[in-house]
Amino acid sequence: MTLNDQQIERFSRHIILNDVGVEGQEKIIAGKVLIIGAGGLGAPAALYLAAAGVGTIGIVDGDEVDLSNLQRQVIHFTPDIGRAKVVSAKEKMELINPDVKVITYKERVFASNIADIIKDYDFIIDGTDNFPAKFLINDACVLAGKPFSHGGILRFDGQTMTYVPGRACYRCVFQNPPPKNLVPSCAQAGVLGAVAGMLGTIQAAEALKYLIGKGELLTDRLLMFNAFRMEFRTVNFRRNADCPVCGSNPAIKELKDCEQAVCELKQK
Amino acid sequence: MPKIKVNGSPQEIEHSVTVAELLVLNKVEMPDMVSVQLNGEFVKRENFGSTVVKENDEIDFLYFMGGGR
Repeated sequence: MTLNDQQIERFSRHIILNDVGVEGQEKIIAGKVLIIGAGGLGAPAALYLAAAGVGTIGIVDGDEVDLSNLQRQVIHFTPDIGRAKVVSAKEKMELINPDVKVITYKERVFASNIADIIKDYDFIIDGTDNFPAKFLINDACVLAGKPFSHGGILRFDGQTMTYVPGRACYRCVFQNPPPKNLVPSCAQAGVLGAVAGMLGTIQAAEALKYLIGKGELLTDRLLMFNAFRMEFRTVNFRRNADCPVCGSNPAIKELKDCEQAVCELKQK
Repeated sequence: MPKIKVNGSPQEIEHSVTVAELLVLNKVEMPDMVSVQLNGEFVKRENFGSTVVKENDEIDFLYFMGGGR
């Protein structure tokens, strides 16, 4: 692949970086990233990845844009209310960068479809809003050997870690989903819109670093921040031998939907 | 009084306490809301009540965070 004059100008601030350069930008353009959830985390991640020139971006979401989304889901605009989120997101990404190929999946991820959806991508971004989906994404990525970025937000807090095969996975830290309704969702407890932006852009940066193969990923550590006190902290850990999916004697050998997903679906 | 580190900050405890007791002292509402790492090893949930935190131990509470949209 050779960059044309327009691309050299468009990506000049990347190319001038010693750790990116023409070679790194070409890797970004050849890259395929899947974003699961076109919401608070997925919106900023999608905007920055399209702007960065990621060649293929997949976006998964079964919902339509709602008025209450616009406080933080910055890829959707007021006239998009009622439209499919994946269509709204695809349009904005293509407006930012007409060269990006956007593939839409207007559905939720389940044990039955996730392996097929993730298989063609280099890196996956978890921008979902519930534990069943977060654990399913982890298990699917571990079993398929795909790197992914976990992200979670609530109120003024955010957390993120990056999984790469061979390193600690989300279940190494959190084993199993918490009991239903113990940990509130953003719909129940609220979230500062800018916190979603802070975390989603960290996830986009991780995807780009993975594609160019430079820098230190958030592997074997969890980055946590509280935007109310504006404090950031990283906790290091190692792969957990007792991990139910990547440990030495894993109980999870195939994908399964957990109860909570079923309950939440019925409420929809 | 034993000195320990909780979430990176020094803390003094009156005597040796279990992980479960330390969670209460640090106002973690429910033990199921966190994953606990003690000196670099994750503590199994069923062992929160029997694992004792001692002088110079470093312990971290990692909260479940499920939001994203």
